[in-house]
Amino acid sequence: MIEFRHVTKTFPQGRSTVTALDDIDLTIAENEMFGIVGESGSGKSTLLRLINHLEAPTSGAVRVDGEDLSALPARAQRERRRRIAMVFQQFNLLANSTVFDNVAMPLRLQGRRERDTVMQMLEFVKMAGHRDKHPSTLSGGEKQRVAIARALANRPRILLCDEPTSALDSGHTEEIMATLDEVRTQFHTTIVLVSHELDVIKSSCDRAAVLEQGRLAALTDVVAPPTRERTGSYADRAREYLA
Amino acid sequence: MNDLLARLADYRGEIITSIVETGYMIGNSVLAAILVGLPLGTLLYLSRPGGPYERRWLHSVLNTYVNVVRSVPFLLFVVALIPFTRWLVGTSFGTTAASVPLAFVAAALYARFSEQTLLDVPEQTVELARSLGANPVQLITRFLYSEARSGLVLSLTTVTISMVSYSTIMGVVGGGGVGDFAIRYGYQTYEYDLMYTTIALMIVVVMLIQGTGTLLARSIDKRAR
Repeated sequence: MIEFRHVTKTFPQGRSTVTALDDIDLTIAENEMFGIVGESGSGKSTLLRLINHLEAPTSGAVRVDGEDLSALPARAQRERRRRIAMVFQQFNLLANSTVFDNVAMPLRLQGRRERDTVMQMLEFVKMAGHRDKHPSTLSGGEKQRVAIARALANRPRILLCDEPTSALDSGHTEEIMATLDEVRTQFHTTIVLVSHELDVIKSSCDRAAVLEQGRLAALTDVVAPPTRERTGSYADRAREYLA
Repeated sequence: MNDLLARLADYRGEIITSIVETGYMIGNSVLAAILVGLPLGTLLYLSRPGGPYERRWLHSVLNTYVNVVRSVPFLLFVVALIPFTRWLVGTSFGTTAASVPLAFVAAALYARFSEQTLLDVPEQTVELARSLGANPVQLITRFLYSEARSGLVLSLTTVTISMVSYSTIMGVVGGGGVGDFAIRYGYQTYEYDLMYTTIALMIVVVMLIQGTGTLLARSIDKRAR
């Protein structure tokens, strides 16, 4: 469970300060797929980064499973952070490492050499055949699948996704969203998904928070859209949609 | 031509000695660049304002140090360092003593180069390391050095070549080396052909170093091209 209690975050800017988040109160349940939407600059990425304490709240408290990370020493913070995985808009793969080494990284940081876990995750995202390639040879969708495999290697309780599909075209977007749905059902991971693309949130999330200029403008249940056919090539779908 | 070859044969011993001396001085200074310069550059990168481990006072102390070492004219630096050199290696004369100022300059140069190379690593790499709970040592070795490795090799190549050039004047403190040979046996005894031969030799050496560095850097660079 993730709780935000009266969370405010300000950033210094020159002599004044900018308020990124203003008195946010929010609870995200276990195994929920929770969406955060808003325009750019609305504070949605900051909200996400407070959960794994990449940012510290200026005031208020963020608790993960009842624990406030601000109160912990640096080493313990790093330890907790490993249970909260993150997927980024720009994938953030290490360009000089192979697909396999990228996915193995979270385990290696803990001195663990678990080939089987790595291969299992690569198979889960259907990238096992690409294990010896370098990221520069992959498509955007493939890169994001590798990044998801890396995020899963530690068996995280929580998966934070920061605009995971914004750098992808529509076919790859659906593929990534299908993978995230799969993650949730197979690993019972709580997923928090930041996106400005409403389609993405609507297709997968249970609830969503709408942010506007750092304030929680709305908290709403998401009604899934009528199921659309997800198969077919880009050309097929384009024809179907446009005609 | 035959005359030149004959004299080169005569000076065989001196030439070999001077090459060994140059190699020794460059070896020492490149070692200092790696063992001192790289950690220094890494600290500069990490401690900079807005860096992953911001420490403003540490940054400005290191930054000033690097600037000072790099701005003193090299010949003056060699002379000014004599007391320290004598304290460190017991003498201010000879190839080992000549290695001391070279090592200082090499370390300062590489500190600056490696800092600049690390600044080119995408900010997202640091963010990734933090999100994965990497400790500071892991951030440096597994993320920063891994992603910056080809740039680090290229800048070390540049430092090595600079040291070839710097080492040529170490004759002033009895350091010997190829440059000293060219001046003493070529220039000062009016055997200019000997001097030009030495210069040609050094050009070849520099090209070899650059070629090796470029090749190595390219082979370990897996980023998109």
